[in-house]
Amino acid sequence: MFEIRIHSRGGQGGVTAARLIALAAFRDGKHATATPFYGAERRGAPIIAFARIDEDPIRIYSQVQNPDLVVVLDRTLVPVVKVLKGLKPHGAVLVNSGHAVTLDHQRVHHVDLTGIALAEDLVIAGEPVLDTPVLGAIARLGVISLESATKAIAEMFQDPRNVTAAERAYRELVL
Amino acid sequence: MKIIATGNYAVAEAVKQAAPWVIAAYPITPQTEIVERIAQFVTRGELACDYIPVESEHSAMAACIGASAAGVRTFTATSSQGLLYMHELLHWAAGARLPVVMANVNRAVGPPWNVWADHTDALSQRDTGWLQVYAATAQEAYDTTLMAFRIAEDERVLLPVMVNLDGFLLSHTMQDLATLEPGSFIPPLHLPHAIDTAHPAAYAPLTGPKDYYRFRWEMERSMRDAKRVIAETEEDFAARFGRRYGMTTEYRCEDADVLVIAMGTLAKEAEVAVDRLREEGTRAGVLRIRWFRPFPKLDLAGREVVVIDRDYSFGFGGVLAHSLCSTARAEPYSVIAGLGGQEVTHGDIASFVRDRRPGEEHWFGVKADV
Repeated sequence: MFEIRIHSRGGQGGVTAARLIALAAFRDGKHATATPFYGAERRGAPIIAFARIDEDPIRIYSQVQNPDLVVVLDRTLVPVVKVLKGLKPHGAVLVNSGHAVTLDHQRVHHVDLTGIALAEDLVIAGEPVLDTPVLGAIARLGVISLESATKAIAEMFQDPRNVTAAERAYRELVL
Repeated sequence: MKIIATGNYAVAEAVKQAAPWVIAAYPITPQTEIVERIAQFVTRGELACDYIPVESEHSAMAACIGASAAGVRTFTATSSQGLLYMHELLHWAAGARLPVVMANVNRAVGPPWNVWADHTDALSQRDTGWLQVYAATAQEAYDTTLMAFRIAEDERVLLPVMVNLDGFLLSHTMQDLATLEPGSFIPPLHLPHAIDTAHPAAYAPLTGPKDYYRFRWEMERSMRDAKRVIAETEEDFAARFGRRYGMTTEYRCEDADVLVIAMGTLAKEAEVAVDRLREEGTRAGVLRIRWFRPFPKLDLAGREVVVIDRDYSFGFGGVLAHSLCSTARAEPYSVIAGLGGQEVTHGDIASFVRDRRPGEEHWFGVKADV
């Protein structure tokens, strides 16, 4: 089973990103679940969401303890939340950032999702859209296929710029 | 069609297929998505029904009672405090023999305020005469909702059905879902005592001590008959659509020495715990209680039992544990876990089994045992 934990702030699309991952994995022919962990829901508050992907039906409902991949949609969460908590020994970390990020003395994958969203004019209610571009970066890490990622985005959102942004993030991810 | 959906959306999709004529609802977390999605179906013209956005849960159930008494299919959904607010009318719907179907997204009761999973809301309504069933996957929530209409409306039952799903854990988790075309699976509703303006009659008038008990006995007889109707409905569902569940669902129980018994998502998570315990050499199984009313007949002879209650009856104990004590003469290790969404992992469940002490009660997370 491949387990993902997404850190974001309320309104940034962490929950939607988890749902898109599950949908893309499902389109890849796998079983998948996406579970948000809701606290007191409010914009700007730290939020976590989980996605699980497996060949077999998934029976686990509890939170992901040892993620294979941690996604951080908002870099300002790093000093606030233990984003690396429980990460598997060879687990991957992906941070939304325009420059290289070091976490716990380790370089992690980064891509400027905010920059991509702004460049593509993907802005809703004044906030750059991060949940669709991040799917491209996750596809680049091999968790889901790019084809299914773009399919999943197109199924959930009509604006084609979402797919364009995901494709850009796929290309621009710094491994 | 294969899609992925949350438990809430699965219920809404099933309701769309069952096509009630009247849906009355009031939003409450974590149920809101169900009535929101149904409202969307109605607005888009995908579901033809009278959708009544009422001002409270009490009114939602009252509207369903009125419409059901007129002989049409009805549905509503609620959670927690909303369910409790309906309490008086839950008795009314059952006593008036009205086959209302309701989804209850299990959520803790306040105070303190809490929106997460807990079964106390539904279990505190156990004596209202409603059938109660608990789902553990989005697919099961979908299939069970479809079956609920047929079971409730069967002339041998004519009692309301409450379909329960764990708040957030199931209501908000996206999973695989195969939707289906029920076709003739749910026959048209024929309510024998439907209000008929051509033949005016008084309903539920003052009924004296000489007669009241007869009506209560009729309810109990129907509750007993409901077991057969559930079995027939499940059988037909399996024949048509290939999935079956039962009054209880068993996982690796055949040769098990110790059974984990629970309801809802905890019982699904327990399957993973059982796999691990078997690797360690403990022959464990999961007996998941699906139908809580009518309560299933269980044979637990010669087996140890670990019961997990996501509920509590103060001054008494876990509701499920004590239901087993009285009906199956078990001496369970009673674990109270998952209240108000308390995190319980498969690892925790495996520990409950390893540390079992038959006859004792353990509150997960509380240091000193009671």
